[in-house]
Amino acid sequence: MPNEQKDKKASWLWYLLLLIPFIATLWPPFYAGAEPTLAGMPYFYWYQFLWVIISAVLTAVVYFATKQK
Amino acid sequence: MNWTALVVFMIFFLFVTVLGFVSAKWRRGDLDRLDEWGLAGRRFGTIVTWFLLGGDLYTAYTFIAVPALMYAKGGIGFFAVPYTIIIYPFVFMVMPRLWSVAKKHNYITASDFVKGRYGSSTLALLVAITGILATMPYIALQLVGMQAVFDGMGLSGDWPLIIAFLILAVYTYNSGLRAPASIAIVKDLMIYVTIIVAVIYIPYKLGGFGPIFDAATAKHHAAALLPSNNFAVYSTLSLGSALALFLYPHSLTGIFSSSSREVIKRNTALLPAYSFVLGLLALLGYMAIAAGIDTKDGNAAIPQLILKMFPDWFTGFAFAAIAIGALVPAAIMSIAAANLFTRNIYKEYINKNCTEKQEARMAKMVSLVVKVGALAFIFLFARQDAINLQLLGGVWILQTLPAVIVGLYTNWFNKWALILGWVASMVTGTWMAAYMHFGNSFKLPFGIGGGTMIYIGLYALVINFVVSIVLTWLFNAINLKNGKDETVAADYQ
Repeated sequence: MPNEQKDKKASWLWYLLLLIPFIATLWPPFYAGAEPTLAGMPYFYWYQFLWVIISAVLTAVVYFATKQK
Repeated sequence: MNWTALVVFMIFFLFVTVLGFVSAKWRRGDLDRLDEWGLAGRRFGTIVTWFLLGGDLYTAYTFIAVPALMYAKGGIGFFAVPYTIIIYPFVFMVMPRLWSVAKKHNYITASDFVKGRYGSSTLALLVAITGILATMPYIALQLVGMQAVFDGMGLSGDWPLIIAFLILAVYTYNSGLRAPASIAIVKDLMIYVTIIVAVIYIPYKLGGFGPIFDAATAKHHAAALLPSNNFAVYSTLSLGSALALFLYPHSLTGIFSSSSREVIKRNTALLPAYSFVLGLLALLGYMAIAAGIDTKDGNAAIPQLILKMFPDWFTGFAFAAIAIGALVPAAIMSIAAANLFTRNIYKEYINKNCTEKQEARMAKMVSLVVKVGALAFIFLFARQDAINLQLLGGVWILQTLPAVIVGLYTNWFNKWALILGWVASMVTGTWMAAYMHFGNSFKLPFGIGGGTMIYIGLYALVINFVVSIVLTWLFNAINLKNGKDETVAADYQ
């Protein structure tokens, strides 16, 4: 039993990773500027494209880490 | 009339029509049962669910309206990207619980769950009505998206739209959720091809992304990025829209039809592929500016860009992708609305002892009525009315969050408190939207933040929570009886 509870607690910590995309994308001061540009694309745009990928990766990490064996 | 484009368009359209009818036989089930017709027997695995949800959430109207907003207003239109980023972590956390409890108790709609959880058919009825009201204008907007490509091909008059929608209505009636699921596979592949070709070929023709953003800056000035007075609107719109999306009946249909909770979780890591494409698609609005497209009607910007930049046969392909992109969500939305009506209004209030067969038959009929209703709406009212109502629909559907989403974690709320919270937020939300002439944001009260504007839906949600929490305390204090919860903690795991 204690072991199971410990597992449950550990999986809750993994879920915290899912909060990161909310902070990164819901606070425009992080990314509202034009510089640096990437291949002609202002920072505002490529930053958000980048976070599409990062948040998908984070979700996958949480999925595999919390998967019930 | 653009004949080459039209012929290519027709070929694809005919193909999906046949597919729609044939798919009744796919993973065969008894279509006289509502969970078979309306949820395809809850048997969709990871890949089909990925196509289905992708086809369902990223609609024809999205393809037209998101770039149109970038074209007309600038960087604010890009809020669709953070919106679709944060949806999936949210879905990962929340929706497996809903799937499990729905499977256990054979719930087909969110309203079924609310009834089981709070033992209140009144609250369930309100959730069902909200869902149907929010869905109707959404279906009508799919017609707006379709009309934009018909106009682009030079097909004038109302008849192309009527024919397309009648065909859709008949195969949805016939095949249920299996039809949009199989068509979604074709639609999504076509959309991916169109967007990938567009974002490589058009910038190549226009001299790269640098000149595209320069042209956007020349038109929008500071608004080509995000000026600081738009920060609050941008992030509250993203958050509010994200919280609302999976309360819509058509999104939940995609959840309920999955074969397991693992399917849902896996999809939250895979669906962002569509969000990436959506971001690229948004940039087509700027490409239209750089390509010198000049139109007052933002909805025409993307069809005109496609017409200008591509050979006719590819134009036909791209237009078919968008039009088929209208069929898939319209079908799923009408099925979802039909499920709600049948389960939570017909069976609850009109024919309590209906058989499974009667239930499925009623849902099929309602799916027809809903589509004809959307068609009539487009012809009887102005297009702007549909857009305004869709905006209101987003505000409304968000007000079911306390009952549905919080309900997945606790039954602490009193059912009457939730009902009154819903009433308070619906009234204030609708009032705010109407007062702003169907703008999407409203000033914070008491001069907080120097008149900072935030998304109305989120504003109303806060009112909803405050009323629900205060009244729950109050009702508990006077020992007002709460409804009986038929679920137990283990049902959610």
